[in-house]
Amino acid sequence: MSFEIEQIAELARLSLKPEEKAKLKKDLESILAYVEQLKLVPTDSVEPTSHVLNLENVFREDRVHPAEVRDEVLKHAPQREGNFFKVPKVIDQD
Amino acid sequence: MPDVSRLTLKEAVSLAREEGPEKIIESLAQRVLQVGSKTNAYLHFDPDRIERAHKAGALHGVPISIKDNISTRGWETTCASKILVGYIPPYDATVIEKLREGGATLFGKCNMDEFAFGSSSETSAFGPVRNPWDLERVPGGSSGGSAAAVASGEAIAALGTDTGGSIRLPAAFCGVVGLKPTYGRVSRYGLIAFGSSFDQIGPLTQTVEDAAILMNVIAGHDERDSTSANLAVPDYTQSLHRPVKGLKIGLPKEYFVKGMDPEIEASVREAAKVYKTLGAEIKEVSLPHTHHSVAVYYIVAVAEASSNLGRFDGVEYGFRATNSTLRDLYFETRDLGFGEEAKRRILLGTFVLSAGYYEAYYRKGQKVRTLIRQDFEKAFKEVDLLLTPVSPTPPFKLGEKMTDPLTMYLSDIFTISVNLAGVPAMSLPCGFTKTNLPIGMQLIAQPFAEETIFQAAHAYEQETQWFKRKPKL
Repeated sequence: MSFEIEQIAELARLSLKPEEKAKLKKDLESILAYVEQLKLVPTDSVEPTSHVLNLENVFREDRVHPAEVRDEVLKHAPQREGNFFKVPKVIDQD
Repeated sequence: MPDVSRLTLKEAVSLAREEGPEKIIESLAQRVLQVGSKTNAYLHFDPDRIERAHKAGALHGVPISIKDNISTRGWETTCASKILVGYIPPYDATVIEKLREGGATLFGKCNMDEFAFGSSSETSAFGPVRNPWDLERVPGGSSGGSAAAVASGEAIAALGTDTGGSIRLPAAFCGVVGLKPTYGRVSRYGLIAFGSSFDQIGPLTQTVEDAAILMNVIAGHDERDSTSANLAVPDYTQSLHRPVKGLKIGLPKEYFVKGMDPEIEASVREAAKVYKTLGAEIKEVSLPHTHHSVAVYYIVAVAEASSNLGRFDGVEYGFRATNSTLRDLYFETRDLGFGEEAKRRILLGTFVLSAGYYEAYYRKGQKVRTLIRQDFEKAFKEVDLLLTPVSPTPPFKLGEKMTDPLTMYLSDIFTISVNLAGVPAMSLPCGFTKTNLPIGMQLIAQPFAEETIFQAAHAYEQETQWFKRKPKL
């Protein structure tokens, strides 16, 4: 299996240094070759696991709790303006 | 005066009840200043920053150390990653709230593999942790800092986390006790997520009883974690003294494989004999899908990881690369912030979830996961507990497995299936190699049967007393 590293890195929002690419591609191809073993396991009549202990859905009332942590949260913003996180201008972006 | 930093949690609590915790805290801080540079077990430790207990609780102010992927309000939490440098959580994880309520002193934050991605604690962005038994060897990972701190006398007891063996492997490599509770037993609220369907927080301690004491504080339902189980929590210390006579213990044949270290195999088989002497019934069982567990894990867990790590984009907290456009900011922040193993897992997880590959990888992995769970269900119809090795090898040398990720992943071959099935398991010392490196054995039980583990582990520990041997450092 050939691993399209640039395409996957694009999906994962990672820009990789040229020297990283070859090594990562080789590693990932060898891991994928290893997991190929699963193809030999018959699973046609097996349900995929969605939760290990078969928990039921959990519901609760939708109530508003005041948190009052706005300032504490914004304190960590790499850049802020007033009560907002600040990022570079988003125009003509994909 | 006895070396206070060598007290067990139980002894420390009873001393602190009489005299207060100050002497213990000071002595422990001294110890970290003495040997901390050798083990590199702590990421954040400052004698002036120790958070004294505000409440009188069961722990009476005894210091507990915390793996650095567990959120601590007002205290930097980095997951040993550059991308979270400077991140100070505005809230406590539920286990931290419970420790505070239980009267614990929060002592320091322990080093680990970056985002818990690793089996050796070498992927930390802040330097590897070293094994107190041999500083040229790894302590196991990813909770290597927590395990090394407990083994070296730099912590009385610690919290770690376990996604594929991250409590149990370091416990085995460092000669301490480590419990991965049943999925849902301990709240994950405030644990920075790696594999959300696997992650559990658990204790790393010097003795089995200490693990029970800590579990009594941290276990229980939490409405902020909808996967936490709404079940009553027993007093785990009550299960310690139950006799093991009549317990059925299974030795799964798939865990005694060709190529494993002969001293480890001999030690675990010897432990089975100890149980037999104590009146337990030993029988061979089979978990036929065990050998697929690493493959399933490196599909499903990395898929969850790639999704969980999507939130680290440099916008709201942590590290941000300066850049002219938002798009470049995301890409550059993630490139400069994440280490190599994190990138490898993000890429692999993104791939197995991508259009055209989801069925063949992710869905296939979840199906084989069902077969692995069913192996356990069938085995537990025959036996109460499973006894296995924790690792196929003793602690390896730093650097030995860093060039080939697959070799590193296979270190977890005996621990991963437990996380795939969500069942509880403990690693505890069961001997030493001829070169004086610790060997661990693993006891696995049915979901929410931690009491059976405590019962059997305590009986073995009292019989063999391995925990009394400490590394010279």
